Amino acid sequence: MAIWLTKDSKVIVQGMTGSEGSKHTRRMLRAGTAVVGGVTPGKGGQTVDFDGTGVPVFNTVAEAIGSTGADVTVIFVPPKFAKGAIIEAVDAGIDLAIVITEGIPVHDSTAAWAHNVAKGGQTRIVGPNCPGIASPGASNAGIIPADITPAGRVGLVSKSGTLTYQLMYELRDFGFSTCVGIGGDPVIGTTHIDALAAFQNDPDTDAIVMIGEIGGDAEERAAAFIKEHVTKPVVGYIAGFTAPEGKTMGHAGAIISGSAGTADAKKVALEAAGVKVGRTPSETAQLMREVMQGL
Amino acid sequence: MDLYEYQGRDLFARHGLPVLDGGVATTPQEARTIAERLGGRVVVKAQVKVGGRGKAGGVKLAADADEAQARAADILGMDIKGHTVHKVMVTETADIVEEYYFSYLLDRANRTFLCIASVAGGMEIEQVAHDAPEKVAKVSIDATKGVDEATAREIVTTAGFPADVADQVAAIAVRLWDTFVAEDALLVEVNPLAKVADGRVLLLDAKVTLDGNADFRHPDHEALEDVAAVDPLEQRAKERNLNYVKLDGTVGIIGNGAGLVMSTLDVVAYAGEQVGGVRPANFLDIGGGASAAVMANGLEIVLSDPSVKSVFVNVFGGITSCDEVANGIVHALGMLAERGEAVTKPLVVRLDGNNAEAGRQILDTADDPLVERVDTMDGAAKRAAVLASQGA
Repeated sequence: MAIWLTKDSKVIVQGMTGSEGSKHTRRMLRAGTAVVGGVTPGKGGQTVDFDGTGVPVFNTVAEAIGSTGADVTVIFVPPKFAKGAIIEAVDAGIDLAIVITEGIPVHDSTAAWAHNVAKGGQTRIVGPNCPGIASPGASNAGIIPADITPAGRVGLVSKSGTLTYQLMYELRDFGFSTCVGIGGDPVIGTTHIDALAAFQNDPDTDAIVMIGEIGGDAEERAAAFIKEHVTKPVVGYIAGFTAPEGKTMGHAGAIISGSAGTADAKKVALEAAGVKVGRTPSETAQLMREVMQGL
Repeated sequence: MDLYEYQGRDLFARHGLPVLDGGVATTPQEARTIAERLGGRVVVKAQVKVGGRGKAGGVKLAADADEAQARAADILGMDIKGHTVHKVMVTETADIVEEYYFSYLLDRANRTFLCIASVAGGMEIEQVAHDAPEKVAKVSIDATKGVDEATAREIVTTAGFPADVADQVAAIAVRLWDTFVAEDALLVEVNPLAKVADGRVLLLDAKVTLDGNADFRHPDHEALEDVAAVDPLEQRAKERNLNYVKLDGTVGIIGNGAGLVMSTLDVVAYAGEQVGGVRPANFLDIGGGASAAVMANGLEIVLSDPSVKSVFVNVFGGITSCDEVANGIVHALGMLAERGEAVTKPLVVRLDGNNAEAGRQILDTADDPLVERVDTMDGAAKRAAVLASQGA
């Protein structure tokens, strides 16, 4: 088993006919993901061929779900149209919406989130500005490379894509149950806490790697949650100790405001919750290695 | 993007919010002209994107146009917490009776917007929240509904605004929210919002942060960028669509992915502690699928920084294939040499992940004496720090 994304997940891709959407649909199919359809308004009825696999295109998410029984959507549409795409997916009642798009205005992400809440919060939104979810050996929804690591019993949740890949690579001899990229935007649908709770309840996850970065207080809140609710070992890593105040470091959400959002504060909070925090990615991998060997 | 006060004031005025008349000046003479237009008696305020300018002497009252010119001469060129004053705002004066605080901002934790309002304005709101938390009202705003008359009344009541200003504050609350949404702002802060002698409520300060991700629907926002104040390297990088931040060290950094690059800065700083405090010179994320052209642009920016003594290229091939990155580096060095800008600083390159072996092979074959290959991130960071400390 894995969290949220399993071998039974049926995936559709919003924006499948665009360049990023088609490139990654091909990669997802190669990774064994059940991509059952694409959604592009105005292109419904077409079929796109990916190395011999024909994937039907629908005009709307609702039609795609009706025809295929899809329960997961991966959204690649450009920032300008992303809010509409998320709201459409929510209205169609999809279980999981993974938003890869980078550069969505905060007012749009916040409005889409508020819409989801108003609809009863039936849809789990992951992202925006995230690499997606990979459950190695089962399914891969997003842009995380599928061949870095085999399946295993480590869970991973991260704000950063490339740091996720780095840790997956360093711990590939142990393997991962699920890797969740929650995204680097200020407003995201799924938090560290959501993933920690799911890993805590997942019988196939033994230990959790949590990767954070400067900005906001999500890591501090995650630390409080770990202290109260997580009994599995957690190893942490925080990026951005050398980041200056007031500068956005690549990710829209990665900014220290005054004395808030520093890497030091996050590290202190995590350590106070009993989380071992590595100074570098490889030291973090080594800490997890020791945890797994001790289990 | 943070706006200057005068830009925020203009924005407020454009949206019909009550502000004082005024203008912005870059010379004492301009300040004088504005003061003359406003009838002589004015306030001259330093325009800097940092708090505490009043205490630093950056806000002065002037009785007439002569004095306005003199005060502007005092303030222009002044250093306020490391920010040089290049502009002053000259406005009408107001007889303040009461000072309040009002803001809308993003509440990341709750994934919504928040109104913070207080009848104890004029000072740092963090200080008020600390000393007298009961005087700071926080009202969560439902992004699907926004601030209508009812929400505005709730804010006014919760914050305890006096009855004689309640209607005006409620109207301002609605209009300021509309401004916040219409301009895709992440913060609008008014401190003070003030009641003046004739009973009007005016917005006497403006702190506004705009969301750069929304620039595609605000073509007018580009003009608000103070290009002269941006670091020239950052400006050049921006023109080439590179995600670059100038820092104060000597190891140039190029990597893929914001998180990995932030991590690279940290690892270099740790390694630098062993060799006399060497630090990273910049943040540069070349993103996924780094082509030779992107790598060349990146290298060119980093190498044109005179403080850079060595460069660390740190790539984990996820989607990006390391052989493409290696080709990018080789081509980039060739392109720079052809342009007569031959590289003279050492490069330490770490490639891991997708097609790493092929990438390493390409670098080994090219055999550039300035390019050193190190297989681990920590090892490469150490090497880059040592090279930088040797002054190369």
